[in-house]
Amino acid sequence: MSEMIKVNIDGIEVEVESGATVLSACEKAGVKVPVLCHHPDLNVAGVCRVCMVEIEGMGNLQASCAYPVTQPLTVKTKTNRVRKARRMNLDLVLAEHYGDCYTCPRNGNCELRTLADEYGVDKFKFPHVDKPRYAKDTKSFSIIRDQDKCIHCKRCIRTCIDMQKVNVYETANKGHDVEIQVALNKSIADVVCINCGQCVNRCPTGALWTQDVSDQVWEDIENPDLFVIMQTAPSPRAAIGEEFGYPPGTRVTKKLNAAMRRAGFDKVLDTNFAADLTIMEEGTELLERLHKVIVKKDKSVKIPMFTSCSPGWVKFIEHYYPDHLDHLSTCKSPQQMYGAVIKTYYAEKIGIDPSKIRTVALMPCSAKKYECNRPEMNASGYRDVDYGLTTREMAMMLKEAGLHLADMPTEEFDPVLGEGSGAGMIFGATGGVMEAAIRTVYELVTGRPVPFERLNITPVRGMEAIKEASLKLEKVKKEYKWLEGVELKIAVAHGTANAKILMDKLVDGTLDYHFIEVMACPGGCLGGGGQPIPTTPEIRKARANAIYQEDEEIEIRKSHENPLIQKLYKEFLGKPGSHKSHELLHTHYTKRGQYFVKD
Amino acid sequence: MECRDGNLVSFVEGTVEKYGKGRENLLPVLREVNEEFGFVSGAAFIEISRVMDISIGEIHGVASFYSFINEEDRGKYVIRLCKTISCDMAGKEKIEKTFERELGIKFGESTKDGLFALDYANCMGLCDKAPAMLVNSQLYDSLTPESVLDIISECRRKI
Amino acid sequence: MVKAKEKRIITGKFTPGSGIKAALAGKPEEVVQEVIDSGLRGKGGAGFPAGLKWRFAANEKSDMKTIICNADEGEPGTFKDKYLLDNHPMKVLEGMAIAGYAIGADKGIIYLRGEYAYMLPSLEKNIEDIKKNVFSKLKVGKKKFEFDIKVRLGAGAYVCGEEFALIESLNGNRGEPRNKPPFPIQKGYLEKPTLVNNVETFATVSHIIEKGALWFGKFGTKSSKGTKLFSISGDVKYPGVYEFELGVKLRDVLELVGAENTKSVQVGGFSGINVTESSFDKTLAHGDLPAGGSIIVFNKDRDMLKVLKNILEFFEEESCGQCTPCREGAYQLLKGIKMIEKGEKSIRYYKDLCDLCATMKDSAKCGLGLSIPSPFLSITNNFKDEILYR
Repeated sequence: MSEMIKVNIDGIEVEVESGATVLSACEKAGVKVPVLCHHPDLNVAGVCRVCMVEIEGMGNLQASCAYPVTQPLTVKTKTNRVRKARRMNLDLVLAEHYGDCYTCPRNGNCELRTLADEYGVDKFKFPHVDKPRYAKDTKSFSIIRDQDKCIHCKRCIRTCIDMQKVNVYETANKGHDVEIQVALNKSIADVVCINCGQCVNRCPTGALWTQDVSDQVWEDIENPDLFVIMQTAPSPRAAIGEEFGYPPGTRVTKKLNAAMRRAGFDKVLDTNFAADLTIMEEGTELLERLHKVIVKKDKSVKIPMFTSCSPGWVKFIEHYYPDHLDHLSTCKSPQQMYGAVIKTYYAEKIGIDPSKIRTVALMPCSAKKYECNRPEMNASGYRDVDYGLTTREMAMMLKEAGLHLADMPTEEFDPVLGEGSGAGMIFGATGGVMEAAIRTVYELVTGRPVPFERLNITPVRGMEAIKEASLKLEKVKKEYKWLEGVELKIAVAHGTANAKILMDKLVDGTLDYHFIEVMACPGGCLGGGGQPIPTTPEIRKARANAIYQEDEEIEIRKSHENPLIQKLYKEFLGKPGSHKSHELLHTHYTKRGQYFVKD
Repeated sequence: MECRDGNLVSFVEGTVEKYGKGRENLLPVLREVNEEFGFVSGAAFIEISRVMDISIGEIHGVASFYSFINEEDRGKYVIRLCKTISCDMAGKEKIEKTFERELGIKFGESTKDGLFALDYANCMGLCDKAPAMLVNSQLYDSLTPESVLDIISECRRKI
Repeated sequence: MVKAKEKRIITGKFTPGSGIKAALAGKPEEVVQEVIDSGLRGKGGAGFPAGLKWRFAANEKSDMKTIICNADEGEPGTFKDKYLLDNHPMKVLEGMAIAGYAIGADKGIIYLRGEYAYMLPSLEKNIEDIKKNVFSKLKVGKKKFEFDIKVRLGAGAYVCGEEFALIESLNGNRGEPRNKPPFPIQKGYLEKPTLVNNVETFATVSHIIEKGALWFGKFGTKSSKGTKLFSISGDVKYPGVYEFELGVKLRDVLELVGAENTKSVQVGGFSGINVTESSFDKTLAHGDLPAGGSIIVFNKDRDMLKVLKNILEFFEEESCGQCTPCREGAYQLLKGIKMIEKGEKSIRYYKDLCDLCATMKDSAKCGLGLSIPSPFLSITNNFKDEILYR
């Protein structure tokens, strides 16, 4: 631990580590400093100049987000000089921002508007942009860009470069002509964007948003000929409460079920069920791969196997590591598996013509919108999933319909394919897929539950960038004799910057694992690009806690013990990895351009 | 890019080899590509990105920051007339008009034959010999309408 | 009346090799001390004591340090570094080597503005020559003295004269100034300690080390030692580069260069200040008129509103564009002054623009943004009637 240094903020004394910023000292002292370019997840920019403070001994005001504490400091944050400078810089930002607030998706949740409110902006001090100058970029299935709202804070650039290592954004030109552009001023649909939406989650204004399909969903709900089925993923359930004023980490699953039924969805199903199905297929695939590699010495089979349920991650590897697609599990994501099963098995069960079924997936994710539109995702003979809705869109739909979660009773999921296990639930957190898979694979191989207290595989939990663990397989069942004594090595990465570290090792030939879980978003799905804004490390931790709590409360906590899953295999699919499974639940990947999208 | 220009590929590869692959060599590489082809094309951005392993956005962001890196084919002779105060006071306007009349285009435009482009530049350090301009990377000072006509003729002769 | 005389130090005689030889005769810390004792201030415009910067750089521990010669002379009205590199390149190269020895760096880079690309061949030849004829014959103790210099070209960006912007440009990035601290001497080129000085500073150092701090201290004023090159342009009979002792009166300079009917003078370039008759008896020295080296003279026929707009247009284009007060502030100053001119804004709006200046001066990220208010406020103050009430 580095040296602690005293900082006096408006008379309040605090101690911070040497090198910490003045802003963090202010936070520690409980003094709020306004910020626009600063974000707790991102590297320092120091460009908006709204967080200015007075530091004793310095001639000019300093940006508190960028000033490191290396010696004792006396800081003033409330002087008239500070107040005027902040307000003036805010006035300047407002002058270059096309503030059409009524029609903005961030109306009510805009950091710029909040600051204008807090600083009592009652008029435009300077001539301001009053007409749109740019065409909105709406070509992508996932991300929408409205450059007129951009205030040049560069959070999107820093997110895309530092956090995700995707690098589709750039600062172009200089002087007053500076623009934040997508590479070479292309549409975001035409560059190597992975649709993770992390930029959307960090944009302080409405310059970035996700495609909104709620109108089409409303249309379908009202269409008497259509039967609209909702599947909800675990992460939105742990976060949508935030949109209704609940603190982060509040679990509202059963209230949400009720609200969605009232909104008009004909069935409400639990994506955790499909997560269990994914575990069955992926676990089986892992064992098959290991068998081919260890026993048959088949060089064409690739280990480590990477999970494939994060569509942002899938697109990342398709763009950046197109020669290593064989390492991806062929399993579809739970969303897509569910869609395929709903429009086949489930349609038959409830006696509805699949052509009349519309499947809607409530997801924490912007990339799911792209995923469900992939041309190959039609195993059922129809579009397997018709719409991907983000948590934010769902909240908006419910508000539009006057359905407030606080007023809702609690209701269960619909039966037949209704429920998932606790293992499916934890898919929402980084490490969750790995934990769920290990709970099943270990037991399949050894006949015993995983040797962790209450089945909680803690080494793969938490927000560490890359987690690794190993598990020795001993006293295995007869049919897995070839695995006796094998130390199963696993790793978990979240955020594609961390995934890239692993991929670069793979390219170098120094990656020594059997199975790796990757989620494109920091924290896993609970930090997805469709989740409520804002996002911070604390908020993500709270959502993770909610998810792990729900797991512990579910009676069945292993995917293979889910009786509905067992029934599905018995009645329909046969066994995991069967021909039918492959037809419906597995997919293939596409090598994509490394610079631009090739059609 | 399906169809790659072999000339461009070998030039970029050669230039990067000369300077090194490190990020710190990006500006010299951009300068040389600009010098060789007159501008840095979309295809050139891709090649530089491939060879130097820097994202296209970052490269374009850097290129667009510097006034002398062209992003389109402006013409064989890009004329940049200094518009900063000393040149302005020393008769920049006359020079401006001479160019526009002689070439039949306005500043910011290029001639149809692809020979000339007219642009402005900021102070180029020839304030004591104003007005001044750059033709590509060649400096000209103490301009008069007559000398401008000579320079245009000389350029035309050189093709 | 005493007329200003040109005083030649920086542009005077120099025996190649005499500076670096004198440096190597002492310990590095003695060289640093000599520069500190000389009272030399950086010649780029900010006027930071050069020796102090060298000491900080020398104290940094690192496996690699770099000397950078800032030859991105972009301040409008400045062309003295061009003169030096054209006429006295060896002094500059030698000064860089002296700095390298003093702080423990064996590599130097000259960041030459793109407009001066024509110098590249001769400069590279001079570097070859000095390495072959001077450096290779020198020893530090028993080891051969080595100092390598390369030239890197800019590509048209005024802000790259700011030392961090320059370093970012050399690092292959957009020339955007960084937050300080850490300073370049801690984390600069390739994130390693880097000493950046101006062309003229290095040239002066060669003389200081050759002849000693005491000798140098005889010139100039108490707080501004030595001489300084001034680039003089605008409405004068004899524009060009002049070397004056610091502390010279502006009036004497104007007389020498043949300025007649002078209305005002822009001292220190666009980022300096505008002065009129009443300030002509002030001196060009630290603490008085900015001694950055650019002097642009306007005679009675000049329209100061036009001058102001020209200056603001320059900043609006040449701001790096990252921080709000500079990017949008420069634009709003220009727009505001035009709106007042057209009568679209009341002259009361001028007060808002002055408030804006106060914020820019207090909160911009680098020297460029911090200094835009200087020409705006001084010109509008000097010519209120002409600009606001026309």
